[in-house]
Amino acid sequence: MSDRHGVTNIVIAGLGGQGIVTGSDILAHAAFAAGHDVKKSEIHGMSQRGGSVSSDIRFGPRVHSPMVPHAEADFLIISESSQVLPNRHRLGPQGRLITPDAVPQLFQDESSQQAARMVNVALLGVLSAHLDIAEAHWIDAIRTQLPEKLHEMNLRAFRQARGIEALFGTLTGDSRPRPTL
Amino acid sequence: MPDQFLTGNEAVAQAALDGAVSLGTGYPGTPSTEILERFDTLGGRAQWAPNEKVALEVGLGVAYGTARALVTMKHVGLNVAADALFSATYTGVAEGLVIVVADDPGMHSSQNEQDTRRYAEASGAPMFEPGDSQEAYDHTLKALEVSARFQLPVILRMTTRVCHSKGRVRTRNERAQVPAPRYERDIPGRVMIPGYARPAHVRLRERLASLARSEVPAQLLIEEGDDTRLGIIADGVAAAHAREAAPGARLLKPGLTHPLPIEAMRDFAAKVDRCVVIEEGDPYLYTAARAADIPVEGKPERFRFGELNADRVRRILAGDESPEPEPEAPGKPPRLCADCSHRQVFQTLAKHECIVAGDIGCYTLGVMPPFEAMDTCVCMGASIGVGLGLRHALPADQARRVVSVIGDSTFVHTGLPGLAEMAYNPPATGHILLILDNDTTAMTGLQEHPGTGRRLDHHPASSKLHYEAIALALGISNVHTVDPVEAQDEFERLLTDALASDELTLIVARRPCPLASRRLAAFQAEQESSS
Repeated sequence: MSDRHGVTNIVIAGLGGQGIVTGSDILAHAAFAAGHDVKKSEIHGMSQRGGSVSSDIRFGPRVHSPMVPHAEADFLIISESSQVLPNRHRLGPQGRLITPDAVPQLFQDESSQQAARMVNVALLGVLSAHLDIAEAHWIDAIRTQLPEKLHEMNLRAFRQARGIEALFGTLTGDSRPRPTL
Repeated sequence: MPDQFLTGNEAVAQAALDGAVSLGTGYPGTPSTEILERFDTLGGRAQWAPNEKVALEVGLGVAYGTARALVTMKHVGLNVAADALFSATYTGVAEGLVIVVADDPGMHSSQNEQDTRRYAEASGAPMFEPGDSQEAYDHTLKALEVSARFQLPVILRMTTRVCHSKGRVRTRNERAQVPAPRYERDIPGRVMIPGYARPAHVRLRERLASLARSEVPAQLLIEEGDDTRLGIIADGVAAAHAREAAPGARLLKPGLTHPLPIEAMRDFAAKVDRCVVIEEGDPYLYTAARAADIPVEGKPERFRFGELNADRVRRILAGDESPEPEPEAPGKPPRLCADCSHRQVFQTLAKHECIVAGDIGCYTLGVMPPFEAMDTCVCMGASIGVGLGLRHALPADQARRVVSVIGDSTFVHTGLPGLAEMAYNPPATGHILLILDNDTTAMTGLQEHPGTGRRLDHHPASSKLHYEAIALALGISNVHTVDPVEAQDEFERLLTDALASDELTLIVARRPCPLASRRLAAFQAEQESSS
């Protein structure tokens, strides 16, 4: 975390249709339920047609701008590996990059289509171990932001990924030369 | 009610409900689209209009009838509605009429980055500028009250980062009380013949002056920060970036930006050592301040382009002229979906080396590789007029390759008068209009329109526009309908025949958008299971 008045900055990026907006909604609503001031911002429209999409989430005691300032992201979550380079400049010097490489063992028993639909929530599971948001808020946010038929699958993805991160412990240092957690 | 976590658009919809708006209407356009959809979900009466001008006229009628109306559009939509706006400020209204206009600095999904603040000044409409979701809620309610009290239509100017950002919103726990609608005749007030319009213009200026003298501008003015060495005047989301970039600086943020609280700006500038105006887009606040002889600094020209953010504001404040950072690689541009029927159409147009006058919608992506099958795209409905002009001007061998391509929603929006022009002033080589009918307004997120036969809430409408019948009624004799995927060969044959003829041809390439079809099927299944 930085000393920017206790504000945590997260950028989630991927391609249109991957559920970036929904994923960022889950994170933002979990942070909101945890009592933080939260702002979340993204671009809709043209980007729905398979183009690059990114969403900014900021939370802390008081958040002003809805956009994560240049090179001040504490976490950059990328759901599609081609989107690392277009977004890596947004990470701060101590920022951490989280990509799908962080959770491959999760999906060994899933079909590829199923795995693709679980990846965003799994990445949030990895992220969740680093944030000051209780697990119950995450679970509630997954339930309120996703249709009911997707709850079971995504709660499983979230819990498993959160567990994986706990196994590795909290990582420290500059992740940028090593683009995965 | 506990605080909610809402986008600016959702907050406007909630305020419309709490502010007793009886009808919400508009035309979809990113970033404004979700306002009416949310208003409908909340139980408000919301409907899509064929275009923004019609929407504003309907809203005006509602407000003449002593009821409240909300009209929504994106910035370029106000160009279409401007004709109504410039006289609506003369006639005024009997109840609240709020026109929500969403600007798109940086052109995330727009063809220009025009600044709506100019329209408020030009038309004489009061203008509110919220900077976050809470203000979007508060300002919408206040704008409805101000509109009713001063009897003027009011513009609520949003921008992409206000519309689509989420933040905490504390809502009012009561519904505004407004009297039951009734008609009160006011011929000199509502009929803009010159004899009545001359006093109406004077009345407009008096109403604006009365608003400027009232307590309203001060109620909407935020002044904060202790360090008077630096003063910042900023509006909308730019004020949030400024707070971030210069946390201690003294900040003046006007919520009402037309008429501008110019004397408050003068007093503010006198209290600080250095006063800088931070605003996205045109130098609207800056020019007004300088015209009033207020000593403020503006921004270098390069910050007129694109959105601001905290980093760019720091650069403006520091006079930093170094190049701004660039991504290591460009992002991936949008493209037509893999199963989109527009693919077959643009493949065929490219194969026949057509000169394509295009239009606004998903199909504008036909300009991208591998098709590169679009030559012009100007504004909603322009494909027909531009195609006709090219046909009139070019030598016959080139003129015969010109095709106008328009989507179904865009055709209803502003293509209808173009089709009348095509029938009325046909080029010597004839012309071809291709309506790409995918049965939805796809690009903005699958909204309904008069041609889908469904209302905003996806329930059946009482009528469905018939493009072929309209063309026949206008006197265009060659009218064809084809599925460009199922019958690709027939589509190509129809196009080839039309290119070779000197007649007027309409080809309706009809195949529903797969995304819209899936969503409609899910909606219908849900309706059946609940009934």
